[in-house]
Amino acid sequence: MPDSEHTESEYIIEMLHITKEFPGIIANDDITLQLRRGEIHALLGENGAGKSTLMSVLFGLYQPEAGEIRKNGQTVKINNPNDATALHIGMVHQHFQLVEVFTVLDNIILGAEDTKLGFLQKKEARKRVEALEEQYGLHVDLDAKIEDITVGMQQRVEILKMLYRDNEILIFDEPTAVLTPQEIDELMHTMRNLAKEGKSILFISHKLNEIMEVSDRVTVLRKGKYVGTIDTKATSKEELSRMMVGRPVQLVVEKGPAQPKEPILTLENFSVPSHLHKGDAVKDVSFTVHAGEIVCVAGIDGNGQTEFVQALTGLERSSGGTITLCGQDVTHASIRSRSQTGMSHIPEDRHKHGLVLNYTLEQNLVLQKYYEPRFQNHGFIRFDEVRTYAEQLIEQYDVRSGQGPVTIARSMSGGNQQKAIVAREIDRDLPLIVAVQPTRGLDVGAIEYIHGQLVAQRDAGKAVLLVSLELDEVMNLSDRILVMYEGEIVGELDPKTTTVEELGLYMAGAKRQNMKEESA
Amino acid sequence: MKKDGKLAAFWRKDATRTVMASLISILIGLAVGAVVILITGLTSESLSLKSAWEGIQLMVLGLFSTGREAGALTFGFNGTNIGNMLFRATPLILTGLSVAVAFKTGLFNIGAPGQYLAGTAATLFIALEIPSSVVPPWIIWILAFLGGMAAGAVWGAIPGMLKAFLNINEVLACIMTNWIAANVVTWVFDVSNLKNVVENSKSGYIYTTAYNNVQTPKLGLDKLFPGSQVNGGIIIAIVLAILVYIMLTKTTFGYELKACGANRYAAKYAGIKEKRSIVLSMAIAGALAAAAGSLYYLSGNTEFYWSSYQSLPDAGFTGIPVALLAANNPIGVIFTAMFMSMLDIAGLQLTNLTAYNEYITDVIIAVIVYLSAFSLVIKMWISGRKKRAAAPAEPVAAAEADTAETEAETAAEIAAEAETQTDAADAGKEASEQ
Repeated sequence: MPDSEHTESEYIIEMLHITKEFPGIIANDDITLQLRRGEIHALLGENGAGKSTLMSVLFGLYQPEAGEIRKNGQTVKINNPNDATALHIGMVHQHFQLVEVFTVLDNIILGAEDTKLGFLQKKEARKRVEALEEQYGLHVDLDAKIEDITVGMQQRVEILKMLYRDNEILIFDEPTAVLTPQEIDELMHTMRNLAKEGKSILFISHKLNEIMEVSDRVTVLRKGKYVGTIDTKATSKEELSRMMVGRPVQLVVEKGPAQPKEPILTLENFSVPSHLHKGDAVKDVSFTVHAGEIVCVAGIDGNGQTEFVQALTGLERSSGGTITLCGQDVTHASIRSRSQTGMSHIPEDRHKHGLVLNYTLEQNLVLQKYYEPRFQNHGFIRFDEVRTYAEQLIEQYDVRSGQGPVTIARSMSGGNQQKAIVAREIDRDLPLIVAVQPTRGLDVGAIEYIHGQLVAQRDAGKAVLLVSLELDEVMNLSDRILVMYEGEIVGELDPKTTTVEELGLYMAGAKRQNMKEESA
Repeated sequence: MKKDGKLAAFWRKDATRTVMASLISILIGLAVGAVVILITGLTSESLSLKSAWEGIQLMVLGLFSTGREAGALTFGFNGTNIGNMLFRATPLILTGLSVAVAFKTGLFNIGAPGQYLAGTAATLFIALEIPSSVVPPWIIWILAFLGGMAAGAVWGAIPGMLKAFLNINEVLACIMTNWIAANVVTWVFDVSNLKNVVENSKSGYIYTTAYNNVQTPKLGLDKLFPGSQVNGGIIIAIVLAILVYIMLTKTTFGYELKACGANRYAAKYAGIKEKRSIVLSMAIAGALAAAAGSLYYLSGNTEFYWSSYQSLPDAGFTGIPVALLAANNPIGVIFTAMFMSMLDIAGLQLTNLTAYNEYITDVIIAVIVYLSAFSLVIKMWISGRKKRAAAPAEPVAAAEADTAETEAETAAEIAAEAETQTDAADAGKEASEQ
């Protein structure tokens, strides 16, 4: 056990033996977290491991039943977020706390405005912010409105907000979930800079790659319990994931070679109009997905993948070309008729498209099937059948929830919401599965599970069209990779022979194959 | 915790909390009403503390008031009052249903007054223009009732289509169709031959349907509640409420409508024709509001005063608080509508038996309307208190700390919803005040 008398200068914040109980559960059970001055300390754990609760304790939102918090070795009492702010603790939330219609500068000074006789002293503020931008290399246009800048820039604004308030302890809550790969690189760079300048960083994440890359030490939590703290250098991804999940985790999907059979989905000269400009977001795309293979459309976010999937599944109209599904032309078919012809769809946005959040789990599980004779009788829902079916899926796909079939979908954890969608779509047993970012925001255990399911479907003779932004997922899971850049397929790669670097060049548009010739 | 497990489970039920929230709204409304009565009683020269106490009694128990005996108020079973309460509740149940159905499918139907007028006009034309010497009156009655609902359905479908196909806010479209209905109906009757010219003192009135021998059968209710206006309409309204309840909760159609209301995008993703659902939902809402007008005038002895219909019928707007107070539950609507009409009756008793006037009850209704908008906030408050006090919250595998997070999210969600409802109520008030 650390003795604070002697480590006074070493740790800037210590949370010692924190226990926080909620009725029925112990969210934090004797957790110790010690943040050294100037280090990047990762807090790792699955969804529901107690990370958020621990941070809420640090911010004074919850009072722990046991344990103490020390700053610079002195015991402090944090009763509310104002106390935390006074101790120079700042946080970048996963969902940014910014006023969309305000400028960057206004957002930064909001709540910490300098005034003279009631008038804002924006000039001084601007000077200070500009100095900070210079010092940390965080350049943002101070006069741009939040709604006009990218998510990555918005995050910089959040960081500048903390710096403007002279925060010494910076907490980043899942900061990379919303970023593109390039933005992630920039953020990692920024975090290292901040640490170099003496800030202490607490980095909450469940992405092992990022933790390995940027952190100095890692504290792992599992199911509310403290598992351990280790030096990042002395560990490996495999060890971390084992600590986090409690069992060895397959980080790389194990799968045999694909055995492609008959074509299931064929696209010819497929084009989709853009929402942003007059041209097409997807241009002249042609490819075929066969039964028994996983084909992945890879690319950097915003290169037409979303429009592509929406037009393919019928949510949006296409502007040209044809879609042939199981031998039928479904170019102009309705969403339901496409789905009945043989297309299931794991959507990109599980809250917007995948679930009716106010519906119960069982109602969501029959979202694509409620009209089938099994579940209705002359228009009346057969509740007993719905329940039986839901219970079967929940059991089979291990969907966990508070009250089983009658749990409101909104109250389920993200991973289990996604599992429910995957269960629903896979269980429809259709020849084609369109899976868009199926593991976004999920923890290792859930990712392993969903990847396993997709491979199993492939081996069962299904065609899987995967659309993903995660390079690991693309390389691990797919049998063929199609790279989409600015709405065009610019290359077809074999994951066994290609490298991440080469894939990156295609994704960035620096390299392209002549697809027309190849298909001819 | 084991011992009172059942009670705790009952308490945890969402429905229990919803009902509690509505009851609290009503109680606060009555309390504020009592304060108003007390203050007027103490400040007015013609009133005393005693009359204030009588006023409060009447406000709560007006339905059971049987007049005065030896200077003191008497209470007991009053068939006339109860019958009239049921009669007045009939249109409120239907307009309440109209608003509730739309709310359940994510739409705010502020167009109930216009749909009510459309139904009224169609019903009166059919009931008065088909000669009862040729067609049996009961057939005319059915035609008039169905015709009224059809007219309302069309009138409701207009904002529905504007919303579905052009994404025009249904509140704006509804306000427009309300005023169009008011003026069209006034004009149509103005040029019609249905003006009651027999009784000359009554210019501006339309013949009652009884003039053509068309009226809703009493179904023996007049025996049960002698001296009142009650008729079979209340039965029809209750049956419609039950049908709407079954439609929303037991059928695939209701599943589709509610899915569209809760998440239009997910509904579309699942292959539900979300535009069709929006139009249908507004058409059903329109038909229900129209049935309110239809039944009210088919009673046979209510007169339609058309020349002032540049204003909009109150019954249409009162549907909003009726639905809100019932938390949009079709069965709950039956009771909240009866409660609202009970306050009406209490107002009449107040005028008849004390020196107070009935507008006091309007104050109470107004307070309840505002509070009904807050009933979700009250519900959240009840849930919040309970959570802190006891509650082995989520027992099983939800032993995940992020429930706390989700709960916060839910609370925010509820608050946002409550805000919308407050807006809705405000809009309703504003419109009705015009």
